[in-house]
Amino acid sequence: MKVVIVGCGRVGAGLAEAFDNGGHEVVVIDLSTRAFDRLSDEFKGQAVRGDGTDEDVLRRSGAEGCDVFLALTEGDNRNVMAAQVAMEKLSVGKAMAKINDPVRAAAYADLGIATVCRTTMLTDAILGFLDLGDTGMPSVIAPVPHVHAEA
Amino acid sequence: MFVLVVGGGKVGYYLTKELIENGHEVVLMEKDRTRAAQIVDELGSIVVAQDGCEGKYLGEAGSNRADIVAAVTGDDEDNLVICQMAKHHFDVPRTIARVNNPKNEDLFRHLGVDEIISPTRMALGSIEQDIPIHELLHLATLENDLEIIEAQLQPDSPAVGKTPSQLAIPEGCSLFAVVRDGVAISLRPDTPLREGDKVLAIGNADCEIALHDQLIGASVEDAATA
Repeated sequence: MKVVIVGCGRVGAGLAEAFDNGGHEVVVIDLSTRAFDRLSDEFKGQAVRGDGTDEDVLRRSGAEGCDVFLALTEGDNRNVMAAQVAMEKLSVGKAMAKINDPVRAAAYADLGIATVCRTTMLTDAILGFLDLGDTGMPSVIAPVPHVHAEA
Repeated sequence: MFVLVVGGGKVGYYLTKELIENGHEVVLMEKDRTRAAQIVDELGSIVVAQDGCEGKYLGEAGSNRADIVAAVTGDDEDNLVICQMAKHHFDVPRTIARVNNPKNEDLFRHLGVDEIISPTRMALGSIEQDIPIHELLHLATLENDLEIIEAQLQPDSPAVGKTPSQLAIPEGCSLFAVVRDGVAISLRPDTPLREGDKVLAIGNADCEIALHDQLIGASVEDAATA
């Protein structure tokens, strides 16, 4: 399958390598070419320097119609916007945005964007390690299916 | 009316100031504390020094009773998120977003932003209005003083209905193509020209006046002296 990843940080680069090793077609986009240093020399995918919220950049990178679109930059809003451009303009299969603000993560899941929230994830992991239960909030929220629901 | 303005840059500052002068209730959110304090000095304590993108603070600033939320920060993605959170999470009836990249306008509207302010589009609009369409357009400068020039034929152009061989094209100048209905076609000596055609010519700068007379028509000054 074809995977487009916006944000070549530790998580983005790690996933890019994993998909590449799994034989998938991978495009990774970042504003800084230095971020691509995180990719190994063996990485066979495409690395594109550009703004992942810009529709033109995404189209040029071949994001249109890709199977998986992951927005994993450091900015919650950049991720939300990139994922929405991908869903609404580029008809991607599945889109997911990293949102570290739990309120925003829940709100966007309601709007049809799958979100992953590091804040809840880490808090739950630490509470769990200390046997103190959990926050009761999901760290990965799948959207309520709406316009993009499969028939 | 109660207006919540997010972003205390120049746009946000003057917007807030005008709204207050017009008797509206306004709260301005600006996350930079130094900038926020500066605005408090000038406009009074109507500033919340927090990030308006964060759901918690947007709520604390009173978005759930706001009539309008105006997101006017310098970043499109922030403005989109502020409006979406306001609309869908706090049920604000009317949201306004500043959009810097004109390409984002459609997306913002599609995603439920009620009103778009696009400084880029406005500037673009007034620049395009200033370019007279009934003049020769210089497309490119080549070596040896040669230029590629475009002329769009208006209804009153003397070239409409004529073929290039019927026109007095000056020495050292050549009409080589025409763009008609968005399609480029090569221009033969017997191709009749039509209204709306964009005629492409190559020649040196000296040909320009003659070319103007043939394709656009004699200029107003010439007509006055004729």
